Amino acid sequence: MTISIDPQKTNNESLQPKGWLRYFSFSLDHKVIGIQYLVCGFLFYLIGGTLASAIRIELASPMSDFMPRDVYNQVLTLHGTIMIFLWIVPVVNGAFGNYLIPFYVGARDMAFPRLNAVAFWLIPPSGLMLVASYFVEGAAQAGWTAYPPLSITTPQSGQIIWILSVLLLGGSSIFGGINFIATIIKLRRPGLKLMQLPMYCWAMLGTSLLVVLSTPVLAGTLILLSFDIIANTGFFNPVLGGNVVVYQHLFWFYSHPAVYIMVLPAFGLVSEILPVHARKPLFGYTTMVFSIMGIVVLGLVVWAHHMFTSGTPPWMRLFFTIATAFIAVPTGIKFFNWVATLWGGKISINSAMLFSCGFIINFVFGGITGVALAQVPFDIHVHDTYFVVAHFHYIVYGGTVFIIFSSIYHWFPKVTGKMLNEKLGIFHFIITFIGFNLCFAPQHWLGLNGMPRRVAEYDPQFQFVNQISSLGALLMAISTIPFLINVFLSVRNGKKAGDNPWNALTPEWLTSSPPPVENWEGEAPLVEEPYGYGKKLSEQK
Amino acid sequence: MLNKNFYLILIISLVFAISFWIGFNVNLLPAEASINAPIYDELFKILFIIGLIIFIGMTIAVIYSLFKFRKRNDQIGDGIALEGNLSLEIVWTIIPSIIVLLIGLYSYNIYDRMGGMKELNHNHEMMSSNTEKIWAGISQTSDNEISINNLSIEVSAMQFAFLFNYPKGNFISGELHVPVDQKVSMKMESKDVIHAFWVPEFRIKQDIIPGQPTILNFTPTKVGKYPIICAELCGPYHGGMRASIIVEEESDYNEWFNKNKKQEVNL
Repeated sequence: MTISIDPQKTNNESLQPKGWLRYFSFSLDHKVIGIQYLVCGFLFYLIGGTLASAIRIELASPMSDFMPRDVYNQVLTLHGTIMIFLWIVPVVNGAFGNYLIPFYVGARDMAFPRLNAVAFWLIPPSGLMLVASYFVEGAAQAGWTAYPPLSITTPQSGQIIWILSVLLLGGSSIFGGINFIATIIKLRRPGLKLMQLPMYCWAMLGTSLLVVLSTPVLAGTLILLSFDIIANTGFFNPVLGGNVVVYQHLFWFYSHPAVYIMVLPAFGLVSEILPVHARKPLFGYTTMVFSIMGIVVLGLVVWAHHMFTSGTPPWMRLFFTIATAFIAVPTGIKFFNWVATLWGGKISINSAMLFSCGFIINFVFGGITGVALAQVPFDIHVHDTYFVVAHFHYIVYGGTVFIIFSSIYHWFPKVTGKMLNEKLGIFHFIITFIGFNLCFAPQHWLGLNGMPRRVAEYDPQFQFVNQISSLGALLMAISTIPFLINVFLSVRNGKKAGDNPWNALTPEWLTSSPPPVENWEGEAPLVEEPYGYGKKLSEQK
Repeated sequence: MLNKNFYLILIISLVFAISFWIGFNVNLLPAEASINAPIYDELFKILFIIGLIIFIGMTIAVIYSLFKFRKRNDQIGDGIALEGNLSLEIVWTIIPSIIVLLIGLYSYNIYDRMGGMKELNHNHEMMSSNTEKIWAGISQTSDNEISINNLSIEVSAMQFAFLFNYPKGNFISGELHVPVDQKVSMKMESKDVIHAFWVPEFRIKQDIIPGQPTILNFTPTKVGKYPIICAELCGPYHGGMRASIIVEEESDYNEWFNKNKKQEVNL
């Protein structure tokens, strides 16, 4: 007997909760799952941000006086792990990907709705487990990189829970990646060509390829590490003849592409936002697509630049220097194209636009320090110092988190049918931008002058600059308040948005706001020119 | 049109002038106390100036666009329907490629001058033993020089201290004393977790790894006391894992060395 599943019955609306209860259910609707990812990610962002504040309070004075030293190491480990695996990766991939990709390809849902729901529901338990590990024997305290032998010799239960949690999150990420590739390749509306897709689809295709190729390596590595911890095997334990440098190669084979997993979707999102608010087509569509794919290919062969001071032979250092520096070329092309998109437009200065422009400025700065760090002789001095901390916060906070906020201002009317308050939004941008730069720009100097990262105590000569940095962190913490007020007020009684408040041309705006359950009342529209601004198409409106 | 080009050239030359001025006049680095340090600072200066030109240029372009092309209240409709420009795309692919390639070649040259591309070797006796395989480090001297006039020191790191073994004097010290202008060759190994040996004033850093010796060679050039900092997370007291390197005149060093050296016991 064959089992046939009637798609209409399984998707029966009456079986699924309505209203806000949907967001606590095993919903199969890609839009509900997208919002689940976003809100869940934001809650973890608040936890990770609290941990960051604790770090900056500790570092406001040279002595280790705010918390015990081992707790400090747990805090920095959890901060890194939560921000990467529970905030940035799930939000730029899971949240915006699930919400937008089916619209962009003209589908009614993702290719595998159940897999999609499973991918999301792996996140809250693993996140809670990670946070709860603090109450067992202390959380993991070997940093988010978990280098052995430190990760083998520190209290074991915290480290094992950390490994389990990251494995589950990695699994969630792989499920999501497979789903995005299948949806973009196979579920496109008839007549829609690949080169007509909005740029975010290309970014998600590239990102998902990286996820599927590299995350399994991390999973394998962490399983071997857990054997070393639980079963006394000797893969990475030098006492038993293991090799600690091999762990670093395997770890960074995932974790460098992970940077692009966090950044490429942001490149896609900003490519959607800028043309709408500048009223101009995206400049250089084809080169943008090729540069994304160039970043994907190069991103897989640069991992050892994290190991220039570890055990790497000279020829290897040279190869990875050149490969890393060349990523600047496709990345640079994208930034020149975005500025060219702004050039000659009719730019609305609103929160979404300001956060996107803040992203360009911050990311260019982080990219420049990145090219410098790629040079072996330069890196040897500043590796594992606050210079590196500053660099990657310019990339992931100044870059990706700015784009997450920009995207929230841009798509809030789509999701809720209400507008966010612009004055509060611009206020939010100003204190975030000032706070962020005040917090991280001085850290470059700290690193160059002798302050290593991951320390609870430092030389008194660095106190003043550290206090400036902590002041910036305080501003960043405060900046979430106007944002939260704005969201809560606007959800309740924000200005009605109408279906297409930005007069945008990408397909998600060609339905009602908020959209109906299967996205379109009738057939999905065929959008051949998602960036056709300045042509008759949009002038008519 | 002439007018527009004039302003463009003026702004570009201003950006260059400001970047060069900052690059040459703002010092972000600590004192230079080894042969490596001035070479490093030369690379830093070049990267700093190129970085400033790109950053200031891009920031001006973004802020100018926001002001110049902002939507006025009375405006309706869209901007120009410009979808791309192939020659522009080629220009901003090729120019950055050339810059990146030149930086790469230049930093290879710098690394070579620091001794990074030389064969790693501690001394000949050690290489003959099969169990030890030297993995990495910075070598400032060629093989021949090493065995003749190098000061050999063996470093062991543990949670949370460095120990410096002077094989010639058969003693162990918690402070690293070296004579000025003398090549020092260190073989380093960790007893527990990964540590790193970093002297900011020397611009050198090398991880100290359990199970795999690493090599670090350097030549101090300035008398003084500098911090040795552990730069790899190694446990709760990682921030307190410090030692000092004391660079002194040869006579002072010899005095210290003779005071500490263990006499051979003669029967």
